Amino acid sequence: MSHAVAAPRASRTPDSDPALRGAIRILTPAGERRDDPEYGSHVADVGDDELLALYDDMVVVRRIDAEATNLQRQGELALWPPLLGQEAAQIGSARALRSDDFAFTSYRENGVAYCRGVTPAELVPVWRGVTASGWDPYRVGMATPQVIIAAQTLHATGYALGLQYDGSDAAAIAYFGDGATSEGDASEALVFAASYKAPVVFFCQNNHWAISEPVSLQSGSSLAGRAAGFGVPSVTVDGNDVLAVLAVTRAALARARAGGGPSFIEAVTYRMGPHTTADDPTRYRDPEELEAWRRLDPIDRLAAHLSARGVLTDERRAAVTAHAAEVAHEMRAACTGLPEPDPMSLFEHVYTTPHPGIERQKARYARYLDSFEDAR
Amino acid sequence: MIKEFRLPDLGEGLTESELVQWRVAEGDEVGLDQIIAEVETAKAMVELPSPHAGVVERLYVPPGTTVNVGEPIIAFRVAGGDEDDDAPQPNLVGYGAVPESNGRPARRPRRHGTAPAPESEPESRPVAEEAERPAPERVRATPPVRRLAEQLGVRLADVNGTGENGLVTRQDVERAAHAAEGGASSPAASGPAAPDAELERIPVTGVRRRTAEAMVASAFTAPHVTMFLTVDVTATMELLERLRTTPEFREVRLTFLAAVAKALCLAVADHPDVNARWAGDEIVRTRAVHLGIAAATPRGLVVPVLRDAQARGLADLARAIMDLAATARAGRTAPADLSGSTITISNVGVFGVDGGTPILNPGEAAILAVGQVAKRPWEWQGGIALRSVTTLSLSIDHRVLDGEQGSRFLAAIGRTLTDPATAFTR
Repeated sequence: MSHAVAAPRASRTPDSDPALRGAIRILTPAGERRDDPEYGSHVADVGDDELLALYDDMVVVRRIDAEATNLQRQGELALWPPLLGQEAAQIGSARALRSDDFAFTSYRENGVAYCRGVTPAELVPVWRGVTASGWDPYRVGMATPQVIIAAQTLHATGYALGLQYDGSDAAAIAYFGDGATSEGDASEALVFAASYKAPVVFFCQNNHWAISEPVSLQSGSSLAGRAAGFGVPSVTVDGNDVLAVLAVTRAALARARAGGGPSFIEAVTYRMGPHTTADDPTRYRDPEELEAWRRLDPIDRLAAHLSARGVLTDERRAAVTAHAAEVAHEMRAACTGLPEPDPMSLFEHVYTTPHPGIERQKARYARYLDSFEDAR
Repeated sequence: MIKEFRLPDLGEGLTESELVQWRVAEGDEVGLDQIIAEVETAKAMVELPSPHAGVVERLYVPPGTTVNVGEPIIAFRVAGGDEDDDAPQPNLVGYGAVPESNGRPARRPRRHGTAPAPESEPESRPVAEEAERPAPERVRATPPVRRLAEQLGVRLADVNGTGENGLVTRQDVERAAHAAEGGASSPAASGPAAPDAELERIPVTGVRRRTAEAMVASAFTAPHVTMFLTVDVTATMELLERLRTTPEFREVRLTFLAAVAKALCLAVADHPDVNARWAGDEIVRTRAVHLGIAAATPRGLVVPVLRDAQARGLADLARAIMDLAATARAGRTAPADLSGSTITISNVGVFGVDGGTPILNPGEAAILAVGQVAKRPWEWQGGIALRSVTTLSLSIDHRVLDGEQGSRFLAAIGRTLTDPATAFTR
């Protein structure tokens, strides 16, 4: 028989996932803490209390994410990019940062934003379409999220060059996804960062899906392996292990602060939800793959560890859940109470000084608005 | 206090969605974020979480309705406050433009049947004249003023614009409309046209539209050949009767359809060429049998998929078919379970007919229609006896298969159903 026979669609489960092979892992999926000869020392100070705080962060961020998804379904937000499943990758790395470090992220890093001190009320206005920027980047040390894929890698590198000129020992961190590594911007940023030994950490969350494109179609080899070609050292970490993520990010930041230059971290995680609320992953994703990753849930893993140590008691769990509910409530109230902006406010903040072109547009737009019967 | 909830834009830039199913009823108490409905958009099947805690006062639309974004779908009675929620709501980006009844941009009510519809200038102008005259520049006016002119039946070309550079303003249009009214009496006042008593018009949406598209795509690309086989299935019916009393099948509805599914899977093992699809420059065969089961549901025809049917025992097959059908009838089949079948069974027998010429599910090479099982006089051991008889109708894609392959496959299914003991020899 010479007929071509199609192989059954290969479903990539974590067990067979080549990216996870050899990844740094300190907390096993069962919640056992192991030492890592290279990175263990970076989290030697992290005990039960610190882990409980990380647990609280993860539960709260998951609740924020669920609440915002609901707000979109209720017509209160135009769009929301869920981060479900990526809590450990975002929180483990963001909690490694100092307050004078600066994060440049894509649109999905709402967990990073939460850790940087962005209030839940500040997370939603952009997604409601009532402002161009939800927070003051300089107050929290995090730029407004970048929608253009991989552009923020250049911004982070530029900022890191500035830190170098200032003689500061702060660092910049760029958050991007597996899909972004296919963009030219990411390559340019790595070239510049390597050439100038810029104090920047490239933090790639490999969540396996660039919208509907699986990472296996984008790269035949590991994403972390690409960094070597730019002369940038890299490490692969189990992105659903908050402790390992914290450890490798601390190590990369320490290297940047000491003048060692850029590092590349591939955090292997999984986007358990849709790309955005406008996407339906059941149309392109094998449900078994999702099931397999569900068993590696980052929150369950930490909860198993803390429960086994006897510190995550029922009362403690209830308190964390209550905290999460309170934050979600605060965000909902702030969201539904947001005023509709004056259309003329569009022209504010374009230039710092008066500009005749903007003035002309403004006058025209005012006339246009007046042509409605029921003018403002 | 009554709070209305209007259908939001659940994707990016959608104008309508189908309300598939309510998960609450009028009078139910609901909590914030409790799932109240399932909605199918052009992009995804999504669940709607309740925006309020309270009691469901009213459901405005029945399941299966296609609803425009911004239309009210449900009202809640919520605690606190006594004024009803009829104040204009903020123009959320999640809703698109505010409905006209709710505020800006407010326009005069449209009078039905008045004034001849504004002539569309380019079309009504004689061709020769058009060729001679240089095309006039489009009259300058802003979109809301254009809309107003259209509603009032005012031709913008007839209006003198008093605005900047001849811009036609709202006042200009209103003046022109006023002048026209003062002049010739309008034929008007006839009111809206009487609804047509002879015809009922049913919008084509959702499943109906998708079925239509799939059937047109299949019928006019794949050359269909249909073959029939009428077989005595008494032995299979007796076997099923016996099995139903055994512990393994106690919890299962063991149907004739399950037996046909089993017979089909066995036949595919010997005739793998039918489990294939035409892919232009190649024929793609699949090892696993992902069996589509055509199911009539209140929403229309859907074909949920039973994956890896070849690996399932009879009890498992029967149970899976039962579950698939129940899920499909409830409208709860996930989109992933509606695609990826490699061969399909359509049980037309449940409607009391013997056979037909089924149209292939797009992307497959064979579809089997199973007729009713009826007592018929039949040749039996040299005489005539009343036997349980059914007709099998198999359509194949003649690009992929020839009559010979289709016939052998159909005959193999028939043999198993006539003498299920032969399955033992496998």
